Amino acid sequence: MYLLILWLPLLGSIFAGFLGRFLGHKGSSIISLICVFLSMFLSFIAFYEVGFMGLNQYITLSPWIEVGILKISWSFLFDSLTVTMLVVITVISSLVHLYSLEYMQNDPHLPRFMSFLEIFTFFMLILVTADNLVQMFVGWEGVGLASYLLINFWFTRLAANQSAIKALVVNRIGDFGLSLGILTIFYIFQSVDYFTIFSLAPLFSNYFFNFGGVDISGLTLIGVFLFIGAVGKSAQLGLHTWLPDAMEGPTPVSALIHAATMVTAGVFLLIRFSPLIEFSSTVLNVLVIFGSLTAFFAGMSGIFQNDLKRVIAYSTCSQLGYMVFACGISCYNVSMFHLANHAFFKALLFLSAGSVIHALANEQDMRRMGSLMKFLPLTYSLMLIGSLALAGFPFLTGFYSKDFILELTQITLNSNVQHTQGAFACWLGNLSVFFTSFYSFRLIYLTFINSINTTRGIILKSHEPSLLMLIPLVILGLGSIFIGYLGKDLFIGLGTDFWKSSIIILPINSYFIEAEWLKVGLKWLPFILSMFGIFLATVINITKTHIYLYNTFYRHICFLINKKWYWDVLYNRYFVYPVLDFGYLVSFKNLDRGFIELLGPYGFSKVIPIWSRLLSKLQTGQLSHYLFFIVLGVCVFFLIVFNQTQLLIFYSVLVFFI
Amino acid sequence: MLVYINNTNTSILLFLISVLGIFLNQKNILVMLMSLEMMFLSVSFNLIFASIYLDDITGQIFSLLILTVAAAESSIGLAILVIYYRIRSIITVELMHLMKG
Repeated sequence: MYLLILWLPLLGSIFAGFLGRFLGHKGSSIISLICVFLSMFLSFIAFYEVGFMGLNQYITLSPWIEVGILKISWSFLFDSLTVTMLVVITVISSLVHLYSLEYMQNDPHLPRFMSFLEIFTFFMLILVTADNLVQMFVGWEGVGLASYLLINFWFTRLAANQSAIKALVVNRIGDFGLSLGILTIFYIFQSVDYFTIFSLAPLFSNYFFNFGGVDISGLTLIGVFLFIGAVGKSAQLGLHTWLPDAMEGPTPVSALIHAATMVTAGVFLLIRFSPLIEFSSTVLNVLVIFGSLTAFFAGMSGIFQNDLKRVIAYSTCSQLGYMVFACGISCYNVSMFHLANHAFFKALLFLSAGSVIHALANEQDMRRMGSLMKFLPLTYSLMLIGSLALAGFPFLTGFYSKDFILELTQITLNSNVQHTQGAFACWLGNLSVFFTSFYSFRLIYLTFINSINTTRGIILKSHEPSLLMLIPLVILGLGSIFIGYLGKDLFIGLGTDFWKSSIIILPINSYFIEAEWLKVGLKWLPFILSMFGIFLATVINITKTHIYLYNTFYRHICFLINKKWYWDVLYNRYFVYPVLDFGYLVSFKNLDRGFIELLGPYGFSKVIPIWSRLLSKLQTGQLSHYLFFIVLGVCVFFLIVFNQTQLLIFYSVLVFFI
Repeated sequence: MLVYINNTNTSILLFLISVLGIFLNQKNILVMLMSLEMMFLSVSFNLIFASIYLDDITGQIFSLLILTVAAAESSIGLAILVIYYRIRSIITVELMHLMKG
């Protein structure tokens, strides 16, 4: 049964991909839907068995690589962490499959789309169920590949091609870090199996590498490499530029990949490696700083984006920052809880956005929407649920995880905790709560409430989606309301034994009890900030306070934020183009077609004719010259016979002058 | 002084003179042929002297053979020279460069 969870999506992908032309749209859709829904039900059973009953499953399939001390086998580990991810992935994937049946119904390549979605699900499942790093890396690269294929689904569009390449290449930078991490782990632990690594991790906390006189802790090095991997996949600050551009793919793809599953792979990696990075405070601090900066930066960039999907993409980026700094303050279970909750309400937001885009004939710019509350009431209410959940409105899903993360960061403000980096996360996290609610409600106002800005023809044709698209939306909406409440006690309740050994938190880093006894005023803080954000968005959009638009300073700030702080421009100008120039000028022009050609075929073909022309000129036809060489030859002969070193000098001088 | 001028030295001197005769001559091919004859002469002279010095008849036999070879060679050489002159009507060595590389 456990293996069937994995094989079913693969089977569906093969059927929809290879037999798509025989099965047709309907056949391939039905087969892939059956596969992914069966996989979903099986993973519910797996969740019941592993999560509730506590039966961790460990399945070894076959040996894969056995060279000397390195033994890698195809084997699968189903513990609490894995089954939680399994449920998230398969549920979101199934709903997205169902949703894209209608959303993509006019697309001529629906079987291909289904096949890509399924192969993505399969690789994601491989990633989360692997019990060793190399097998995990298969899934890691596989989802990167699948994301390339899916972003590039409309491959005739230039923008889609560019975004897909960008996503793949930027991800690959992170993957390089991850592969270095795998190699370092193998060097230190002589194994890539999770169990071996995690059991041995405490013993290696005093293991140091010596790089030119500088001692670097082995676990810190591994943690930093793994974090670089997570930075690429989870779009943390520095390598986040691919995520907003990845919105070129179809909307269901954005919902599946860039909200619910693939970007969470980086966070999953960090949570999975909690037994290892717990022992390195440096890595934890790095996680806190990068995570909180990402949350803040992405939240801020989100507020002045005008593309409907881009706003949601930035909110994804921001929420991933929350997850990462939650890992950084050693609250892996809260991070995982937020990951699961976030998958539900972010998929809801994306799919509702898809519904809006579908209704408005592929219009994505929020400035050309408005008043859709009247035309799409159901989409509006679902989007509102999603936005409120995202903003952490009390008793919705986001509240239970996000506010708990912020409470935990409040604990680190206390001076006796000795966790000063936590304060950074606390303030930036609280500020981004404000940004989150602001851009969520700016989106709601611009899309649904403000007066209309689009043409009459489009509005007249706008319609609520049919049942096929509404069912996933409603399910996700219910999930966004209830999942947090239902899962709270299971995932982050005090003293819950759900996680067992899959997450390790050192007692010295655990602040759960303290968070429960936080001052009430501090607990209210995120709520007040988010209400303030909603209020501000309301004021700006309801009342006609457009006077601020004429403030030059304000306009410049707007412009800067709208251009995402010029990250892309700076990257291109100071990194991408110089590297490209280096590749062309130095590697290609000077080395490949330059020195190597000169010392190789090109140079020889130039020099040898010159030499041969010189040599043939020696034969002048004059008898006396021939005689000269004959006598010279006799002299050389005598030199050979009598003294060889002089001969060599003589010859070299001769050749030189020739 | 006279001790050093023995037969070997004489023949070697003769040989070198003939080499120089070939070598320095730029114009006349007849001089070259004559120098060639002189080269043969010096070699056979050297052989005869060595056979007398070593009390061995082989040197003289070789010298006789060289004499015949030299005669044949000079006749063939002169024949080639004559043919060459008939075609080109010039026998200046400097101007013989049909075989330029």
